[in-house]
Amino acid sequence: MSKGVFVGADVGASRTKVAVLDGEKTLLGYSIRKSGTDFLRTSELCLKEALHMAKVSPSLISACISTGYGRKNVSFRNDSKTEIGCHARGAYHYFPIAATVIDIGGQDNKIIKLDDQGRRLSFKMNRKCAAGTGAFLEEMSFRLDIPLEEMDFLARASEHMVELGSYCTVFSGTEVLEKIRQGAEVADIIKGLFYSVIKRVMEMDSFTDRIVMTGGVVEHNPYIVEMIREITQKDVLIPKHPQLTGAVGAALFAMETAA
Amino acid sequence: MKMGKHMPEEKKTARKEIAAGKTLKKIMADHFHEMDEAAKTGKKKIAWCTSVGPAELLRGMGFLVYFPENHGALLGATRTATEVIPYATAIGYSPDICSYLTSDVGAYLHGTTPLTRAYNIASVPRPDVLVFNTNQCRDVQDWFAWYARELEVPLIGIHTHRDIGPIREYQIQDIAKQTEELVPALEEVSGEKFDMDRFKEAVGLSRRTSELWRECLEAAAAVPSPWTFFDATIHMAPAVVARGTKDAVNYYELLLAELQGRIESGIAAVDGERHRIYWEGMPIWGKLRALSEQFASLKTCVVASTYCNSWIFDQLDPEKPFESMGRAYTELFIVRDEPYKEQYIKECQEKFRFDGILFHDAKTCPNNSNNRYGMPERLSKKLEIPALTINGDLNDLRCYSEEQAKTNIEAFIEQLDER
Repeated sequence: MSKGVFVGADVGASRTKVAVLDGEKTLLGYSIRKSGTDFLRTSELCLKEALHMAKVSPSLISACISTGYGRKNVSFRNDSKTEIGCHARGAYHYFPIAATVIDIGGQDNKIIKLDDQGRRLSFKMNRKCAAGTGAFLEEMSFRLDIPLEEMDFLARASEHMVELGSYCTVFSGTEVLEKIRQGAEVADIIKGLFYSVIKRVMEMDSFTDRIVMTGGVVEHNPYIVEMIREITQKDVLIPKHPQLTGAVGAALFAMETAA
Repeated sequence: MKMGKHMPEEKKTARKEIAAGKTLKKIMADHFHEMDEAAKTGKKKIAWCTSVGPAELLRGMGFLVYFPENHGALLGATRTATEVIPYATAIGYSPDICSYLTSDVGAYLHGTTPLTRAYNIASVPRPDVLVFNTNQCRDVQDWFAWYARELEVPLIGIHTHRDIGPIREYQIQDIAKQTEELVPALEEVSGEKFDMDRFKEAVGLSRRTSELWRECLEAAAAVPSPWTFFDATIHMAPAVVARGTKDAVNYYELLLAELQGRIESGIAAVDGERHRIYWEGMPIWGKLRALSEQFASLKTCVVASTYCNSWIFDQLDPEKPFESMGRAYTELFIVRDEPYKEQYIKECQEKFRFDGILFHDAKTCPNNSNNRYGMPERLSKKLEIPALTINGDLNDLRCYSEEQAKTNIEAFIEQLDER
């Protein structure tokens, strides 16, 4: 095994994540930034920051795999893999069990079923509509003028969840405004938004007994994980850094490439 | 390992052109020019016909036959469909119904056709009669009905049975009778008496076309496959528009010889073929090249499809022309029940040895989207191979998210690699 480090760059529609692992698969450094419009530059900035955190120089990089929506726009990649493959690989690294991986990303939701060897048995992505993804919560945060980071706290305070019925993000926005006019509490609406995300995910596929959740939405809104646990009555696991799972998976693929 | 240099956005993999394609172009050009000439001079009567309609009868009665569905596919392949669909939507035709219908009617309303650029033909040929068979869907009837009102042309047709399990004799006899009952109306339009010998000849040629088309498609059972589904969607045109003519028979003899030559020489359509896929559902006409190149870059050959198989009518028998047409148009995949369809695909897997199935869920074509009642899950279990569903449409590219589809396909091939 090379003594260098292994880089995974996950350029998502919303955020870019870069992870740096050593040969022992230890996470040495990482960086997360808004992807913006210049994927090339954002991924390079993330790499620089992640290497700085890892305290290693670029010359020690043994290999890099890119993934995510902008995977082809990473200048320092050796190769690329899909985000489905990388989330599966990352999730299995943290929890080497047969499980259903649920990734709630900025624009895509993924449900990946893995066997006990970490092989993909099936996967599904959301249909082309982005309802139920991070983009939905971002839009609602904008509409309600509530910072994204306050949503989790507010949802937890809800006593009477308000259920939303629309499929469509834009129409959901209208529905939310209607609920406010009717006097609903903001906390109850936000819990309703979380429930809406969960409903969209649950209709994508059936789940196996154990679930691993990844992605930025659950990293920043751990209450969603608690809600899923309660609704499904299943064992729901989350890695230490759910948002980095794809990048870690990519770095693990980089390690295999270099081996 | 050194760090990667700035890698190219996409690796393009060229398609291997099929030499018979030159003849195909001539057949198609002749087909449209003959039609255009007849429309201008009125020397021959023109019937518009659904793609799996009673074309043999129309040819047997001396009509030139024009296929609006073929025009729909041209609108899709030239990526003009999405621009003209809104014209049909604006007059009340929902964007959720067949996008062949909406793009064809939209193009008519807009006064454009891809035939102009391809063949220097100003407009589609004016019909003397419109003849449908609802075996594809109910939309074809509504499509033709619009033109019947617009152009004041007679509309006649055949109403299919649907969700058929085992074939019953009454179903065949019913379709045969409905076909025969078209004759008086067609005689009135053509001004000629029905000639049984001429009809039998058309049925015989159609049968021969079907046999050859089947052989061409089954050439893809070879490993590696000499051609792909994407090639076949182009080369099926004579099986649709010239079925029942000598030209079509000659064409498929030529194509078959070329495919057999490729097999003998070990020429693969996809270099280094690693995986073989079955395509279930409609083509995404505007993305044939992009998809073909993506699969080739993944060293994966889409070897077979229900869609291309749907123009095999080797039940046709010139000795029993009406009855055999009834049978051919009743045994068709699209009008069968789910157990039949699953068994059909299972038999295809035994023949073509594919290791994955891709279902195309075409937004505006429920009849040709077989993923909607759990079939991918059932077949995946039954055949022990993975299935993938991609969302898109035959013509309306607003329903197709290319990045999503590309990622799904790439991930599907990664999944096959892990097996």
